[in-house]
Amino acid sequence: MKLNERSLAFYATCDSPADNAGFLYKRGERHTAYHRRWFVLKGNMLFYFEERESREPVGVIVLEGCTVELCDSAEEFTFAIRFGGAKSRTYVLAAESQAAMESWVKSLSRASFDYMRLVVRELEKQLEEMRWGPAGGCGGCRQLPGSWKPKSSGPERSPERLLALPTVLPKENGCAVWNNEPGADQPPDTSSCGGYDSEGNPRPPPLPPRRRASSSEAGSVGVAAAESTSIFCRLHEQYGQEVARLRQDWLERQCGPRP
Amino acid sequence: FSTPFSFAVLKKRLVKLVVNFLFYFRTDEAEPIGALLLEQCRIIKEEENVFSISFIEEPERKYCFECDSEEQCQEWIEALKRASYEFMRRSLIFYRNEIQKMTGKDPLEQYGISEEARFQLGTRKQ
Repeated sequence: MKLNERSLAFYATCDSPADNAGFLYKRGERHTAYHRRWFVLKGNMLFYFEERESREPVGVIVLEGCTVELCDSAEEFTFAIRFGGAKSRTYVLAAESQAAMESWVKSLSRASFDYMRLVVRELEKQLEEMRWGPAGGCGGCRQLPGSWKPKSSGPERSPERLLALPTVLPKENGCAVWNNEPGADQPPDTSSCGGYDSEGNPRPPPLPPRRRASSSEAGSVGVAAAESTSIFCRLHEQYGQEVARLRQDWLERQCGPRP
Repeated sequence: FSTPFSFAVLKKRLVKLVVNFLFYFRTDEAEPIGALLLEQCRIIKEEENVFSISFIEEPERKYCFECDSEEQCQEWIEALKRASYEFMRRSLIFYRNEIQKMTGKDPLEQYGISEEARFQLGTRKQ
């Protein structure tokens, strides 16, 4: 199978930062002798070079759909990268110390694109919930304009309220504080659903198209509400505890110091 | 190698985007002919229905793709622009930072990965 090898080699040797680099011993495919190679991990690609100064990698291992495990081997500090599938190879590597082995196993086991994507989606979800609240997105805004109105009057309070988020949360109805639009007492229009960009803030990486589409569906409101209660509850509990503590202190001061 | 996507000859290929690789197949075969790693590359809209992929180290060499419609073309351009690991990483760092600003907490702590080198802001060690 052809690969754009020159581009691959460029990626391996260009000055984009590596996620891990160091010498490892690699066990040969046919012969079980170990060869010392210079390994460079970038993203989900594990490149290896003959020498540290080599201008081109000898090979690359694409770290998708694999597991990284410690080896029970005569050789010290060995670990393996194992792929599923009948024809797939297992790569056996050995580090030069316990610390090096642990560092490599950790960084390799989280190197896949899939893993990165999972974490990104999770954070995206959290951020959306924090910005748009339990109504689950712009679709929710349009359908329930009432719930987006701040309790207090005047749009000029919104920026301050956002800054004062931690102390204000327990007292508010919870919906208003999530709305960071300056004209908060108007139902948000579609431009605000483009989010962040319309306020002139630094552009975030755009959300994948399918998420934008789903956020305007009526059906997503119920589902999103259930999903977002967990983060809501967590924050609510956090600040609730703080309020309880403050209240306790105040009560003690009122009653006078205990004997 | 001789590219099937030169301006002179267009060949019909089945194209599949999997993580940061674009695989291409002959339409009747199960095994891909080849793949393009989508790192350090640029996705550019060419003429109608056409986009190209070119790589930083060889910008004049373009892999051109003609789509069935303008809509399909835009879909692919958007998907390919987001397909690199580096793009994912930047998104993650951005979201992490935003959430930290809003809640004062690092959202990666719950996964036990806050200290991972690959998720750090700013310049990382070579």
